[in-house]
Amino acid sequence: MTDVDHQLELDKAGANINSRWDAVLHFAKNYPLAVGGIIIVIMFVGMAIFADVISSHDPVQTNASLSLAAPSANNILGADMMGRDMFARIVHGSRISLVVGVSSTLLGGIIGVVIGLMSGYLLGWFDLIMQRIIDIMQALPLLVLALVMAASLGPSLENTILAISIPLVPRVARVVRSSTLALREMPFVEAARAAGMTELRVAFRHVLPNTLAPLIVLGTAQLGSAILVEASLSFLGLGVPEPHPSWGRMLSENAAEYARVAPWLVIFPGLAISIVVFGTNLLGDALRDILDPRQRT
Amino acid sequence: MGTYLIKRFFLMLLTLLGMSVIIFVMLRLMPGNIVDIMFDSAGFVDPLEKAEIEKELGLDRPIPVQYFDWIWGLMHWDLGFSYVSEMPAAEELGPRIPITAKLAIMALGFSVLFGVPLGVISAVKQDTALDYTLRVISLSGLSLPSFWLALLILMFSVAVFNDIPIYMEPPENLLDELLLFSIPAAAVGFRSSALIMRLTRSSMLEVLRQDYIRTARAKGASENSVNYSHALKNAFLPVTTIIGIEAAFLIGGLIITETVFNIPGVAHFLVEAILMRDYPIVQNLVMLIALIVVTVNFIVDLTYGALDPRIKYGS
Repeated sequence: MTDVDHQLELDKAGANINSRWDAVLHFAKNYPLAVGGIIIVIMFVGMAIFADVISSHDPVQTNASLSLAAPSANNILGADMMGRDMFARIVHGSRISLVVGVSSTLLGGIIGVVIGLMSGYLLGWFDLIMQRIIDIMQALPLLVLALVMAASLGPSLENTILAISIPLVPRVARVVRSSTLALREMPFVEAARAAGMTELRVAFRHVLPNTLAPLIVLGTAQLGSAILVEASLSFLGLGVPEPHPSWGRMLSENAAEYARVAPWLVIFPGLAISIVVFGTNLLGDALRDILDPRQRT
Repeated sequence: MGTYLIKRFFLMLLTLLGMSVIIFVMLRLMPGNIVDIMFDSAGFVDPLEKAEIEKELGLDRPIPVQYFDWIWGLMHWDLGFSYVSEMPAAEELGPRIPITAKLAIMALGFSVLFGVPLGVISAVKQDTALDYTLRVISLSGLSLPSFWLALLILMFSVAVFNDIPIYMEPPENLLDELLLFSIPAAAVGFRSSALIMRLTRSSMLEVLRQDYIRTARAKGASENSVNYSHALKNAFLPVTTIIGIEAAFLIGGLIITETVFNIPGVAHFLVEAILMRDYPIVQNLVMLIALIVVTVNFIVDLTYGALDPRIKYGS
């Protein structure tokens, strides 16, 4: 048996926390990867909000004389074939990623919560039909389903969001349904029912809040996938259309063609996608450790 | 067991039937059909001529009639004709399927080969610098868009070898084929290997906390014996599930990779067919993918039961 370092164990358990700053330090020490994730996500959101302030260039302004310009003081990440400033396009592209990622995660999440809650709560024929529909949706890989949906809806920002959100529904619905099935038999739910609350109120006021922890964990993971799927759809030409600067489309347009003479066209948009998704994944992992201790790794 | 199998089989058929209706309706909802796309490039549209081609392709009939026509054909092994090439869809798909299948098998092999051992190492060395490094690598595997990884590999190979490992003509022998496919397979398998590694790690850690592991240690079993012969065997169970599911889901990653590496497989063909509104190709391919996914899920379910005697079916 090794010796126990009492001070270390105490620190680990969160003793001696006196101020808010101590609490932050304690958190950072226990979850170093989470802090990295939080910083990346904050920077990403900040970039999307203050895009106009960060970059003085117009992301859609073309300039023939700057075609394929190498990174310089004026265009710090270079310019694309049409002479548009890459830095401005990447900064403004964060808006598309953020809007599509967050909206489709939320939309898919809300639909999934409603279906899952009603399925687990009502059971019967509603549950049976919903489970079969979910089976069908899960029979196609996420990207394939999103691809077919995006194509049948037609290219626009709203349609891309819809096309990504629907394939995200099944997993949310499954998670909420299984939590609901377990929760509906709990004494406190029975008590609420006995107190004369309507079924709908019991479901939303007592059952739903108790499924939040796994939902938040799943939601963060899905945010990362949503951003990746948007990039993939736009890369294949079925995502967000012009003139929106989308990171995925920047890589398809002519990046591959000009990769040899202008490698910055390939490197920077891809780096942007990777860093943001990496950040949400770090955050998702940390949230899972914190909110769902049974799954702690 | 018997009733469970029959029930599962029936549900599989139901899922596939539902999928066929959904995909059929979604395709018909797409803005524009192949005739529109053909005439788009021509500029001038003669409505009579357009209607004639639509009639020839059977696009003027009511949607339910078109649907039953397709299903009737499927039941008789008739997949219809490609609108673009006017060849039988089976002949279009036939030669492309083995290419994608080979890529998928290589990618899966790559991901198991790397994912499982690295996951075990990461768990055994939990919270060491090695563990953190491996975790960051696996997380980046889930974060890098596969098309970017593929583009970077292409750029790197041009810069270093002055050569592009993309598909120009069918490879002549097996070795050429393996070499040509190894890079796209690795690019698409990186993500799966990251997933498999993370699951192996967490499953391994879960098992290492169990009482019987402590008992084994107490009896004086060596660290290696505990980790590899006691723990790994049980930790591997959930990993089989994810390997099975990944096998079916690799097609998503392959869509992108085949596009970047110019490989003439079915995954890339699906995108082309969607863009051209080549309904017979898209609907048959989607059904094929769905068939593979539900079959793999079924097999994984059965394997799980065979590997873990605690699992009983049909209760």
